[in-house]
Amino acid sequence: MTAPAESIRTRRRLGARTALFQWLFVVPALVYIGLYFAYPILQNIVTGFQHFTASTFYTGEAPWVGLDNYVQVIGSSSFFPVVRNTLLFTIGSTVGQFLLGLLLANFFRKHFPLGRVVRSLLLLPWLLPVIVATAIWRSLFDQDQGALSQLLQNLGVVSSGVPWLTSPNFALVSVIIVNIWIGVPFMLTILYGGLTEIPEEIYEAGALDGATGWRAFRHLTWPLLRPTVNVAVLLGVIYTLRSLDIILGLTRGGPANATQTMPTQSYQLSFQLFDFGQGAAMSNLLIVISFVFALVYLRANRPSVVN
Amino acid sequence: MKSHTTVAKSRMRARITAGGSLLVVGALALSGCSGGSGGGSSENVTSIRVADYYTDDPAKTIIGTALDQCGTEAGVTIDRELVPSGQLVSKVLQQASSKTLPDIQMIDQSDLPTIAETGALTPLPDAGVPTDNFGAPALSAGTFKGTVYGLPPTVNAVVLYYNKDLLAAAGVTPPTTWDELSAAAKKLTTNGVYGLAFSATNDGQGVAQFLPTFWSGGADETAVDSPEAVDALSFWTSLVSDGSASQSVLTWGNSDAGDQFFNRTAAMMFNTGSQMAKLNKDTTLNYGLAQIPVKSAGDEPVSVLGGEDWTLPQTGDKARAAKAAEVLTCMLSDKTQLSLATQRGTVPGNPALDAQYLEALPALTEYVNTVNSARSRTAQLGTGWAPVATALGTAIQSSISGQASAADALKTAAGN
Repeated sequence: MTAPAESIRTRRRLGARTALFQWLFVVPALVYIGLYFAYPILQNIVTGFQHFTASTFYTGEAPWVGLDNYVQVIGSSSFFPVVRNTLLFTIGSTVGQFLLGLLLANFFRKHFPLGRVVRSLLLLPWLLPVIVATAIWRSLFDQDQGALSQLLQNLGVVSSGVPWLTSPNFALVSVIIVNIWIGVPFMLTILYGGLTEIPEEIYEAGALDGATGWRAFRHLTWPLLRPTVNVAVLLGVIYTLRSLDIILGLTRGGPANATQTMPTQSYQLSFQLFDFGQGAAMSNLLIVISFVFALVYLRANRPSVVN
Repeated sequence: MKSHTTVAKSRMRARITAGGSLLVVGALALSGCSGGSGGGSSENVTSIRVADYYTDDPAKTIIGTALDQCGTEAGVTIDRELVPSGQLVSKVLQQASSKTLPDIQMIDQSDLPTIAETGALTPLPDAGVPTDNFGAPALSAGTFKGTVYGLPPTVNAVVLYYNKDLLAAAGVTPPTTWDELSAAAKKLTTNGVYGLAFSATNDGQGVAQFLPTFWSGGADETAVDSPEAVDALSFWTSLVSDGSASQSVLTWGNSDAGDQFFNRTAAMMFNTGSQMAKLNKDTTLNYGLAQIPVKSAGDEPVSVLGGEDWTLPQTGDKARAAKAAEVLTCMLSDKTQLSLATQRGTVPGNPALDAQYLEALPALTEYVNTVNSARSRTAQLGTGWAPVATALGTAIQSSISGQASAADALKTAAGN
């Protein structure tokens, strides 16, 4: 009579202990997320509503200003050009990175001598510190002595130096080219990983039904690669959207704000003008854009993920 | 494959962290990290903390030796922190919020008002550091709202460098007016060599290179769209549109312009005195220094002052503050000024030392004159300079890149 009751109590106690253990395992992750993710974001949101200047660091005084920072940032004459640059930069870079990455990933699926070596070497742009990469590109892009201008002149394509980074019409394109160069290895690695997951038998079966070449890609590879594509594009977009170092290293947002994006503008507001409130407001807008994009994209692709 | 993915992932994470650091700006306020022994009163001070941005030799060693000597005289050892120049201000702000500022802090003079305004610095007279052995330009570089918060042992300025051999070959004498500069630069421009180089980036460097022409033309930072300002920017732009200077000036920093001059791909350049160390490495490069060309003969040339202020942050520890003031007094003494200036090719903050200085370095006469005519960027506007500098930087780039006329570009700048 007493035995079952006791065993229930023991089991309950054990259950409580298991729950406690489970929580103990979760705590480090929670603390980490709280300290390094939730806290900075919350602080950034709060800062966006404050008049937060250099003095605030010493005095701790940051008067509440409501939506003032947002009104200033959005009302600035440079806001819409900056948003446009950010979108062009993000879309241009991601499309370029993705298409080249996909092409190369398919190319490296075929086994050929030195294929692995070449694939490893293609990772170099990704492994190079961005500040080094941008310094090299800046010298390649030099209008007069840069290797690219020299090459095009020697080939007779152009008659005088190309103003890669010095013309407001070219600069954004040049910056996108560099970002594609840096980002392709990332896309290549992820997409190649996705491709190797697709079993060979599916292609053999498809070939019997006449699906080879482009048709095999369209009807077999693409649908099976979709989950990988989703991840790659999503990461690519979010990473490009907030990319700061590439632009700072190449043009610092110039010439004449032609390559000014939301992250560089936010950096300028905070660290050149010491208006950390407006800088935070700008980066909060950027977070909202990233978030909206992530939601729309994940929603649009949900069925294929479920499949 | 696996190892590649791992590398790529950790690289990605590193990048995300770097990008995410923008987010953390707000969090800087509470995240003071650097340790240090500040706080609490300690009777027996054996070492003091000093922070500066001289991360590269020769300045790193020259300054380090001077600090050590002054430390020995004061009976303390120097615990020196080197912070890259781009990170100095954010580091100072971070340490200001966590109350871990060093006992002596070096700050670029254009950033001094920003830091002084926070209240984190002790006025030098309050600390008993003498300020009477400094000339007006050096004093103004360390003054915020009438109070001296820091002083530069040595100063420098933007000056016109010219390649003596190239000028002689073209039969050109160093220009003294805008017209002469235009004509000389055009004449010196030949296949592969530009007449002139300078920085026109949209940050502080590009703006500082333009300021001497801006000021010497009678313009003023309180009215950036005045007719004088439009004239100055039109002239600056014409140097590029003439083809006498490359359009690449839009991406060249001071050291890039220095490289052009060093490689003989530019016959003249506007640059700060800091380029001399590099140029002197090539003994076959025969160069001279000239004052800033003025709008019309007889005008007063005005250059822009550069240099680093040494300040005393408030640490709340009286014994340490006293030692820090002692070390700083030694760093700002005539003896140290002269020794630093001669070694670094900068000019003593005290003009009374000029004669002694020129005895050792007679070639620098025009440079010393230029420095003595120089103005501090922040003297008039204080913390208001930063937004004007940013707007002016954009205006320079709009005009040189042909996006807007000089007048329209400056009108936009004045509107901000």
